[in-house]
Parts: sequence; C-alpha cells; structure tokens
Amino acid sequence: MSCQYHQHLLLPLLLSLLTAGVSSVEVQRPRDRQFYEEGKPFTCLDNSATIPFDRVNDDYCDCKDGSDEPGTAACPNGSFYCTNAGFRSSFIPSSRINDGICDCCDTTDEYNSGAACQNTCRELGRKEMESLEKMAEIAKEGYRLKQLLIQEAKRGLEEKKKKLQDIQVTKKDLEDKVEALRTVKETAEQPEKEAKERHLKAWEDQKALIRMEKDMARMAEVFLELDDDGDGFVSVAELLSHSELNPDSDDSFTEAEAQVLLGGVDKVDTVTFEAVWNNIKEKYISEATADTTAPAETPQEEPFSDNDSEQYPEDDIPEEEDDDDEEDDDDEHDDGDYKTPPTPTQEKKDDDDEGTMPPYDQETQDLIDAAQKARDEFDKSERALREVDDQIRNLEKEISFDFGPNSEFAYLYSQCYELTTSEYIYRLCPFNRVSQKPKYGGSETNLGTWGKWAGPEDNIYSVMKYEHGTGCWQGPNRSTTVKLTCGKETVVTSTSEPSRCEYLMEFISPAICQEPSSLESYFHEHQEL
Amino acid sequence: MAPVVVLWLAMCLGGTWAVDKGNFKTCDQSAFCKRQRALKPGESPYRALLETMELTNTRLTLQLINDNNKVRLLLELYRLQGNITRVKINELKPLKPRYEVPDVLIREPPTEPLSLLSQDENGVVLSLGAESQRVIVSARPFRLDIMEGREVLMSLNSRGLLAFEHLRMRKDTFSYKVTSTVASVWDYIKRVFTSQADPEAEKKEEADPANQAEAENVDEEKVEDGMWEETFKSHTDSKPNGPSAVSLDFSLPGVEHVYGIPEHADTLRLKTTDNGDPYRLYNLDVFQYELYNPMALYGAVPVMLAHNTQRTTGIFWLNAAETWVDISSNTAGKTVFGKMLDYVQGSSETPQTDVRWISESGIIDVFIMLGPKPKDVFSQYASLTGTQSFPPLTSLGYHQCRWNYNDQEDVKSVDAGFDEHDIPYDFIWLDIEHTDGKRYFTWDTHKFATPKEMLQGLMDKKRKMVAIVDPHIKVDSNYKIHNEIRSRGFYIKNKDGGDYEGWCWPGSAGYPDFTRIDMRDWWASMFAYDQYEGSMENLYTWNDMNEPSVFNGPEVTMHKDAMHGAWEHRDLHNTYGFYVQMATAEGLIKRSGGVERPFVLTRAFFAGSQRYGAVWTGDNAAEWDHLKISIPMCLSLGLVGISFCGADVGGFFKSPSTELLVRWYQTGAYQPFFRAHAHLDTPRREPWLFGPENTALIREAVRQRYTLLPYWYQQFYQAHRTGQPVMRPLWVEYPQDPATFTLDDEFLIGKDLLVHPVTEEGARGVTAYLPGKDEVWFDVHTFQRHNGAQNLYIPVTMSSIPVFQRGGSIIPRKLRVRRSSTCMEHDPYTLFVALNSQRKAEGELYIDDGHTFNYEKEEFIHRRLSFANNILSSLNLAPDAKFTTQSWIERIVILGASKPSKITLKAADGQESQVEFEFDASMSVLTLRKPGMNSGADWTVTLQ
Repeated sequence: MSCQYHQHLLLPLLLSLLTAGVSSVEVQRPRDRQFYEEGKPFTCLDNSATIPFDRVNDDYCDCKDGSDEPGTAACPNGSFYCTNAGFRSSFIPSSRINDGICDCCDTTDEYNSGAACQNTCRELGRKEMESLEKMAEIAKEGYRLKQLLIQEAKRGLEEKKKKLQDIQVTKKDLEDKVEALRTVKETAEQPEKEAKERHLKAWEDQKALIRMEKDMARMAEVFLELDDDGDGFVSVAELLSHSELNPDSDDSFTEAEAQVLLGGVDKVDTVTFEAVWNNIKEKYISEATADTTAPAETPQEEPFSDNDSEQYPEDDIPEEEDDDDEEDDDDEHDDGDYKTPPTPTQEKKDDDDEGTMPPYDQETQDLIDAAQKARDEFDKSERALREVDDQIRNLEKEISFDFGPNSEFAYLYSQCYELTTSEYIYRLCPFNRVSQKPKYGGSETNLGTWGKWAGPEDNIYSVMKYEHGTGCWQGPNRSTTVKLTCGKETVVTSTSEPSRCEYLMEFISPAICQEPSSLESYFHEHQEL
Repeated sequence: MAPVVVLWLAMCLGGTWAVDKGNFKTCDQSAFCKRQRALKPGESPYRALLETMELTNTRLTLQLINDNNKVRLLLELYRLQGNITRVKINELKPLKPRYEVPDVLIREPPTEPLSLLSQDENGVVLSLGAESQRVIVSARPFRLDIMEGREVLMSLNSRGLLAFEHLRMRKDTFSYKVTSTVASVWDYIKRVFTSQADPEAEKKEEADPANQAEAENVDEEKVEDGMWEETFKSHTDSKPNGPSAVSLDFSLPGVEHVYGIPEHADTLRLKTTDNGDPYRLYNLDVFQYELYNPMALYGAVPVMLAHNTQRTTGIFWLNAAETWVDISSNTAGKTVFGKMLDYVQGSSETPQTDVRWISESGIIDVFIMLGPKPKDVFSQYASLTGTQSFPPLTSLGYHQCRWNYNDQEDVKSVDAGFDEHDIPYDFIWLDIEHTDGKRYFTWDTHKFATPKEMLQGLMDKKRKMVAIVDPHIKVDSNYKIHNEIRSRGFYIKNKDGGDYEGWCWPGSAGYPDFTRIDMRDWWASMFAYDQYEGSMENLYTWNDMNEPSVFNGPEVTMHKDAMHGAWEHRDLHNTYGFYVQMATAEGLIKRSGGVERPFVLTRAFFAGSQRYGAVWTGDNAAEWDHLKISIPMCLSLGLVGISFCGADVGGFFKSPSTELLVRWYQTGAYQPFFRAHAHLDTPRREPWLFGPENTALIREAVRQRYTLLPYWYQQFYQAHRTGQPVMRPLWVEYPQDPATFTLDDEFLIGKDLLVHPVTEEGARGVTAYLPGKDEVWFDVHTFQRHNGAQNLYIPVTMSSIPVFQRGGSIIPRKLRVRRSSTCMEHDPYTLFVALNSQRKAEGELYIDDGHTFNYEKEEFIHRRLSFANNILSSLNLAPDAKFTTQSWIERIVILGASKPSKITLKAADGQESQVEFEFDASMSVLTLRKPGMNSGADWTVTLQ
C-alpha cells in the first residue's frame, strides 16, 4: 500500500497544481524559467547534480541548493517565489509552503494545506501604493522644507561667523582695556598696602603694651594669692599647695622642685617673684577657678574603667536589626563626631580681651577707597572679557558642530521637543540631552546627554545617540537612541524602553528627508509587476 | 524604567551579586537539625517489643520503646507490589495527630503478602516475596536489615540514629503543671490499685501508652533552646507544638555512589557531608544561588538512589517538612594512612555509604525501592508517585521568554523577528509585568489592552503564549480574586487566626491554601475562558514564586507557624508549590472540558510534581559554571521522576557573552525544557541581536531541536507510560561500567542519543566518554562511527554540538523545520537507522494528535521499527489503537551499512516496488530515496 499511498499523496498535489493552471514550474521566478525545461534533465543551479525532470518538484530534495524543489517544502534551504500579481513579488523560505499559514498574498504558498487563504494582493498593492504616494508626498514636502532649513542654516552660519569676527574685535579692545586697568589697579594698591601695614604695626605695638600690663597685674594677683601668710614673700611651702605646678608629672611635688621654681631660694619677694614668674604663669591655676574645674575632670576618666562589658548587652538588642540599616548606624556615628564641641574657645576669648583694631585714619582710608575703585573697574572689565570668551567658545562650538552634510540639523540646536505618554513626559533637546519626568510629579531623570551620530555607515545621520544618563540600579547608565525619519514636522512620535534603561525614541524631521528622485526610483522598482 | 521598580528591587534584593548566605539557615541555625545532628552513632535506645507484633497478610505492626524515656512508637511494615518495602514509624499515641503527607502518592500502594520465616526473642525474619529477600527485625536494639541471600542490601537504624521527638506538653507553662499534677495523682491511684504485683498487670502497664505522663517523668531530656521557640534574624517561630523532629539512618553496604535528593546546585553524584552542612530540602526562593553546595533551593524531592555495579536501590522519605540529609562513606576521603591502617589491622572493609534523614515534623514514612536495575527503581518510584505528565508536543519546542516583553507591540515584533530570521519557536512568554499591578489573571490595561488580539495573532502563526500566574494574591479590595479568596476563607492563616499576609511582587499579599481541595477546585475554575478574561486556548501558565516566596518572611518564605486548617505550615511546606501546580494544571484541563493536555511550568516542586508539568532550575546566572551545572541539576531531577526539566538558556541574572549564549542554546536544544529567559536588568538578547554569524549558530541549534521533536515526543511518551527518565545519566544505561558513575558533563536522551555539549569557554575540543564495550556510536553530524568504551577527543568549533547516535537504534526525525512545531505536524519522517556490530537496530515511532488526551482512548500510532538480516520493518505495537496520519516516510538513512544491489519495499498488501538509493562509501551511509509509505502503515524494506 505504501507506493499507492505515496502517490495518493502526491497526485492531488500535482493535480491541484495542474488543474489550477499553475504548473509547478510556472511558480518560478520568470528569469529562472529557462533552467526548468519540461522533459529535459534538470541540473541543480549549483551544478551539484543532474536529475530527471520528473524529480523537479516531486516533494523530495535532490539538490544541495534546494533548486529542484522550488514549489515544495522538501528542501531545508529552498525558497519559494510568490508572484503576488498586483503587489510586490517576493521570496519566502520553502518551509512556509503548505504550513497552513498564508504568506504569499496570492495564496500560492498554500496550495495543499487546506488553509483558507484570500488573495489580498490587489488590496495590499493599493494600500502600498497609497502609502508610497503618501510617503512620496511627505518626502517631497519634507525635502522642500529641508532646502529651506539648509538655507536657513547657511544664513545662520554666516551670521554666526560674522558675529564671531565682530566679537573677536571686541575681545581685542577688551583685552587692552583689561591690561590698562590692571596697571591702574596695581599703581593704586601699592600706597594702600603701605598705609595699611603702618596702621597695623601701630596697633600691634599698642597691643603688646596692653598684654604686658595685664601680665604684671596677674603676677601681682598671683603673688598675693600665693602669699598665704601675707608676709610679702612667697615661700616654698606656700608654693607646694599648688600641685599643678609640679614640673614632672610624678606623684609628688617636692620642696626641691618648688625651690627650683623659685630660682633656687626658699622664698621670694615681689621683685624676685618677677624673675621667676615665667616658671609659674603657664601652669598656675587660680584658687578661685581650681575649685570649679576639678570635679569636671573626673568623669572624663571614667570611660576607661571596666564598666564597658556591662554596656554590651544593652547594645545587643537593637543589633538584630543592624543588618538592614548598617548605613544608618554609620551616619549616626558620624553625627556624633561632629557634635563633639571644639575646645579652642579660650584662645578666642584672649583675643577679644585685647579689643579690636581702631579704624583707619582718613588718609589711609582714602588710599584704600581709591584702590578698591581701581580693583572694581578691573574686575568688571575682566568679567566682560570672560563673557566674550564664552560667547566666542559657544559660537565656535556651534559653527564647528556636525549638523549634517548641509547643516540641515542646525535648526534643532537649543530646541526641545516633548512627548507625553500615559506615565511620563519625555523631553528631547537635540544635541543636548534627553530626559523623562513622571507625569504626576516627581523628579526628572536624565536619559542621556548628546553623544554622537550613530546611524549605519551609509546613513550616519539617521540615528542620534545620547549617553551617560542617570545610572540604573545594578545596571548601566541610561542611554537613548533617537531614530530619525523623514516628515514634514519636527516631532517625537514614540518612546520605548526595549531593554532596561536603554531607551528608543522615534523622531521625525524634514532634515532627514531624501531627495525625492531617489525615492521615486525605489518606488518604480517595486512596481514593476 | 520606573523608579518604583528600582525601589522594590533595592528593597527585596539587596545589593550584592552572590547569594547572601546569611539569609538562609545552616544546620546549626535550625534548632531541630542542630539537636538531631548532635546525636552521634551508637547503640540505639530503641527496642522492639516483639510481643506486640501483629502480622496480617500484608502488614506487620510492632511497638518500639525508647528505653531512655519510655515513649512508644508504632512500626508498620508493608511489602508493596513491585519490590518495594514501606516502613512507617509514628508515635503509638501521640498527644495530637502527626502529619502524614497526603496527595503525593497516586493511590494507597497495593500490598503483597508478607510471611514470617522465623522468630525468636532476638527478632523476627520476614520473607519479602520470591527473590530470597528477607527483612530481619532485630529487637535489642531495634534495627531492620533487608537481605537478599546472604547479602545485606540496606540496614535501618544500624547506627542507632532513629530519633523521634514525641509531642509533649510544655513544662514551663501553667497547663503543663496542671496536667502533670493530675496525671501523677492518677498515676498514684493506679499504682495503689495494681500493687498486688500481678505480672499480667505489670506487663499491661508497660504496654499502656496512657503512661505518657510517667514517661515524661522518666524523661531526663533537658529542655534546650529552640524547642519551644526559635528566632532566626528578626523572625520568631512560635512552635506551639514543641519539638517534633524525626530522624533515621540507612546503611548501604557495597555502595559508593548515591544520587538524587534534588534540588541542589551540585554534582550529579552526591558528596559526603561530614565536613559541612547536610544537604537541605526546604523549598526556598534563593536569590543568586551559589554552585556546588548543599544549600536548599526552590524544590525538594526526598528520593535518593544508591548504585553499584550489582544493584540500584532507592529510598523515598515521604515527609514534607524541612529535611536535612547527611551522607557519609567509609571510603570517601580515606587517607593513605587510613588505608595503611586498614591493611595493618587486616580489615578489608567493604565500601559503605551511610545516610541519615532528619525532618522537622511529621512521621517516618519511607519506601525502600529494591531495584535491582535502575529502570526497576524508576518504575517502582513511578508506581508510588506517578509518571511524567505527557506534555503537548508543542511544549517540547523552543520557548522565548524575558522579564519582560513590554507590551503587545513588543510581542509582535519579537514574533516577527523569529520569522525574519527564520528561527522556529512555539511559545513566547510574559512575566509579571504583563498584569495590572501584579494582580494575576489580569492584564495591564495600557500595555496589554487587547490580549485576545495578541493571542489571535500568535494563533494565526500556530504559536502559543505562556503568562505567569503566581500564588501570592494582592491584598486589594478591588481585586476580584482576592475578594473571593478572602470571602471563602481560602487564605492560609497566621498563628493568631487572621489571614496570613506577606510581602511579594504586588506589595502586601495573601497566600491561598492550596492544600485544600475546595480551594484548588475554585482556583482551577478561574482558568475558565469566561473567568480569566483575555485568555484563549493558546495561553498556558507559569507558576513562579510558589515555594512560597515571601520577601519579608523568614528565609524569604512563609512563617512555619502559619496555619493550613489544623496543620502548621511547618508540616507541609515542601508541598505548597506541588499543590499550586496541581491546581493550575487542573484548571487548564477543565477549561477545555478535559480534552486538551495542559502545560504548566513551576519553580517549586515535590515528589509527584512530575504529574503536573515542567520545572526549571530557577534564577541562574549568565556564567559558564551555571551552564555546566544545568546538566547535573536536570539529571538529578530526572532520576526522581521529573523529566521535564530545563535551565534558563543564557542565564537569568547578568548578561552572557555571545560565546556563552551560543553554547547555552546548543546545550539547551538537547535538554528537555528549552527556554531562553533573561532578567529585567539585562540588555535584550533575542537570538538575532549578536550578528549574522551568531544568529546562524543559534538558528542551527534550534533547528536541530526541531528535527528531533519526534524522538523527544516519543521519549516523553515512554516517560509518561513507564516512569523512565528522558534525560539520563550514562550509568542508568550502563550500570555495570564504573567509568560512567560520576559523569555529569554528558548525558543520554532516552537510551539512543548521547550528548556532550561544549560548556567550556574558548573550547577547542571536548573529551566524551562513549560507553559500552560492545557498542558503536555514530556522530549525528558526520556519521562517523566510533567504538564504545573509549574516551573520544572531539575537536570543536563554534558550530559543534557533539551528539552521537547509538549503533543498534533507529531514530525518527522531521527534517523539514518550519516556524513552529504545529506547522510540522503533517510533515514526512526521515528514519536514521544506526547499525550495531551485529548489523541490527531497533526503534519506535509514536504519533498522535500532539495535544489532546485522546491518546488515552487509544488514538495513536505506535510502531516498532527493526532492522535485522538486511530487512527493515515497521510493526504495529498497538494493534487496537486507531489513528491516521498524513505523514509519510520520505527518507531512510542507514549508518554503518554496506552497499546493496537493490532495495525492495513491500507494502502491507504485499505489493512490491524498488526503492532508489545512494551509497556514501567513505562513511558507509546508505540513503533510501523517497520510499514514501505512510508512517502508520505496515511495511518492510529489504536490502539485497
């Protein structure tokens, strides 16, 4: 039964081909027909074999290149030609023949699968024609607009170049002015400096005098305080009650040590005291203040006691949660460090005691005012120069910027275009940056700053790349690819995020439109059948 | 990317790449494991009370007593059909019932008669059927030995590690004090009344289990930390039932190789655990799991296989609670000194592997499968828990997945991409983002506004879709599913009786109690086309996160003191995912009125999960080691019944190098479940994004898969019928060849295809072991013939996938690869006949409609193809079955052939015709041109 069966299978196939008036060979692309000559042995198109003609389209693959089965699915690498009268002809892989899915609009690929295919070629042809016409219309209009853009860009460029020249002249003048004012400023600053130094010197001398008087007064005070018995002498014994004067920090302040402090004698009168005052004044603590500071010192030592171990259990309780908010803890420690009050307040107090410097005398003040005026003028001119420099830099950047072969993209510079989706507002500022902002509040996210033109080699200006946007968690920095297509307007038409943090934006602009003539030839090529 | 997503990612996932081990317990951090593991081998305190023995035809019962605490256990012993012994141990009179795992066994296993061979005061000997197999029950201490002839096959409690933490009253609570006081008063009264030293009464008392209180008094066990409450990280487990662990040891004399107990990211052969943690079985959502360690993963099948050249046996420990398995061996890691010591002491110890199972609660219910051959163990296990479900043919094709395909437009363009690049695929998948705010059974109203339109578009191309449905249900009073579950009281309860709530993808979520049959029925009804809006018959389901995953729960899962009716989650944790997939598969069957086979993928699983669909190895990473580990991970699953296994092709986390991606496609094309998947954070990686050269390599790998679909389908049919694994370790087919015992970088599909994928970066060649000293193997690409029992070095390029067909086999293929498997339904077959050294070959051809249950009504074609004496014939293996096919035999390729002078085809009606052929003398390949017979017909082809 096997043989019959096999014929059962093939007969309807061939019959259907024949009865439909479409010989299997006729399914070929016209220009290949010459190779398939009815009744003559067929040579595979790769010349790998020659087979009897009845093995062409017999549903068994004989040629390595699949050329013997142009009308069946037998060859894994074969292809099938859809004539598609009324539309574009095309090739499909032969694996799509009789797979139950309509691929050719003329239904020829499903001649034996039972799939209910409708011939849609005419409809498709009409639609394609319409869309091509529309595209052509857009392209034509777009190309016209593009010419205007090019002219505008050219004009703009000329203007900018002109402006640049002008500004460069201005810059020269400004530079001269800056130099002149610098000289004026420096000339005025010399006498100002000298007058100020004089004033300062006088003040320093006066301060030294005041300090000495204070020291003497304190010496007298201390002398009286030390002279417990009021006999007009400070003795070794009296000194010993001030343990802070102990020169080495061992336990005992001995008489010998006290004696050394008093210059080697047992007691001193006011005059001799003056000679040994320097030995004492640094360490001496007045009896009045000593009483209040002493208790304050004790708690500072306590942290070194063995109380530590007892404090751990308490710490343990919150520690379980530590894993999660370790960072928080660190922050707290940092805060603690900052909070420890700085100690040098006392020094400041000393300075304050000496009072503030008296105001400058009129003569000095006049010199200062004059110098300040010169400085202000100099700064002002220098600022103006910097501004001009910025302008020049910006102009140079814009002039040298790659705005396309004819600067047709120049009009996009310093413009921004927005697209609102269900969740976000996307903003494209060409040659600058792309960003995304939640529609209902929230901060803006940078989706990339201008990187480069990134189209294929033959059409590099068809794609813009924006890079190094806000970083993604565990991912790359956000980036955006902007695809440009020809249109009459300049609009962002869609955005998507095909891969996380890699955005795709569709952008139409006349600047990308091709010359209609080239499009027309394309149009004709596809209408040949 | 929405910042919200980033936020939860940061919250849920932490910031590092490797697994955070600190999130998961070690044995020391799991109180019962620590307690049990502290128990060292020694004399068992358990004694069998032989006088309590009762033997019916099929069942032996016997009480055991623990001499330390006088608590009694009841041992039940059954002889089951098919050479299986079941040993059950429970408390004789537990304070309250202990959990016995329901629904996993396909039925109450049929028993066979047991007979008493001998009995004395030391024990009893029972016969286990005809094969001179016996069970010896020793009384003091209690142990069981299973013998065949004079050989011990397996011993239980031979190391004295039987431990059964009896349920008890809490001693430090008021209720305990009351109860114990009452009990001791009662005890006192009893003593007074039985003081006449009546030996009868004495005995009775000893046997009286009501003496629990007395036993408690004898019990000197100290209350340890973690018995009544246990805290891990910030989670406290309230343990109202106190300690309840069970443990038992098994000794396997003569065994050096044990396998199974998935799921672990480890080698095929299990390692000894003396120097680390035991293998853990506790279904967990492990973020970025680490390889080669015994940590628990998403699924658990408590089945271990033991193998040596003589015999294969299996242990099935039916317990759904957290379980740890210790393995030790007297040979593993033996030092030179140790061996010398053996020599000096004159001990020639036989190798032995000792295994110990520890579970947190439940009972001991263990099935000892005695083989003796690997295939016997597989059928024995299948007779208990069922076989692999027979998947729709299309699910054996290629699956394209990604977290996430963003919207309908994206789906459409990816679908078109496959056509454009002429790569076949059957399923495109949608992950969680397709839903309306992670409310399963719904669609995002913007991105997937017209799901039926999308599904119809796929259907027009004869393709299908899978959408995810996870078991965590968003707590939201505007969500129908939630409201229904809440109002029906179907949610799992927390320890205080309220609905348990945890944090998962949707935020706060409830977890339906899938252990309830009424819940499962309701869940299944939600897949009806009129309930699941936007669904169609080409939409299938994926159950993820069903361990269950609870982001803010202990070890990222559910609190053990959550309640399923009267039972604690502790008792049944490992079966949760099993039930979820069961209910979902049931839903897909029901929606078609019982006609269509379901396809459901699950991440969590348990013993028996094979009955409900496919599993994958969870969230792997794009690393070479993860590609390598996919082989042992799926092999281990196959050994314990779950054949439909795969790993995410390309690796889920991170981004693969192009080379790794290509190699992964090549490997995945030869593994049962073939799906590419990728994390949300990774760049796109559809097969055509890596340049034309790599697109071609991937296309070729996928096409090889499709040409082999008839063989894959046949293997699944066999797995479904017999329980044999589809993807097999070599030792399963070559059990007497020790060289195969540890191989896990190559594998067999069925018994006829050997695959050694390239899994090394920059590989120039691989060395494949071709087993069988009488075998020959044919390279399926070059048809070159190689002898068996050799290590063959195969030079490789980027296009190489080393695959060999066994001489002696016939493999049907369909060489007309189309855009999906359904498109190939009626296509003709090419038979690859590989001759062995006796110039013989055998194979099968199985054909049915590919998607319905009609095969159960004998609507299929099943034929034996055999080649011998230069005659190839097709014989009907199922004469009663009826099915017709349009497919025919377009080509027969005979490998290892010599040139015939003519070839005659004889059809069923006796008509003869000549078949044309070509002969390639250099490779001895004979190709029969277009014999043309129908695939379902009888025929013979004679070479002359």
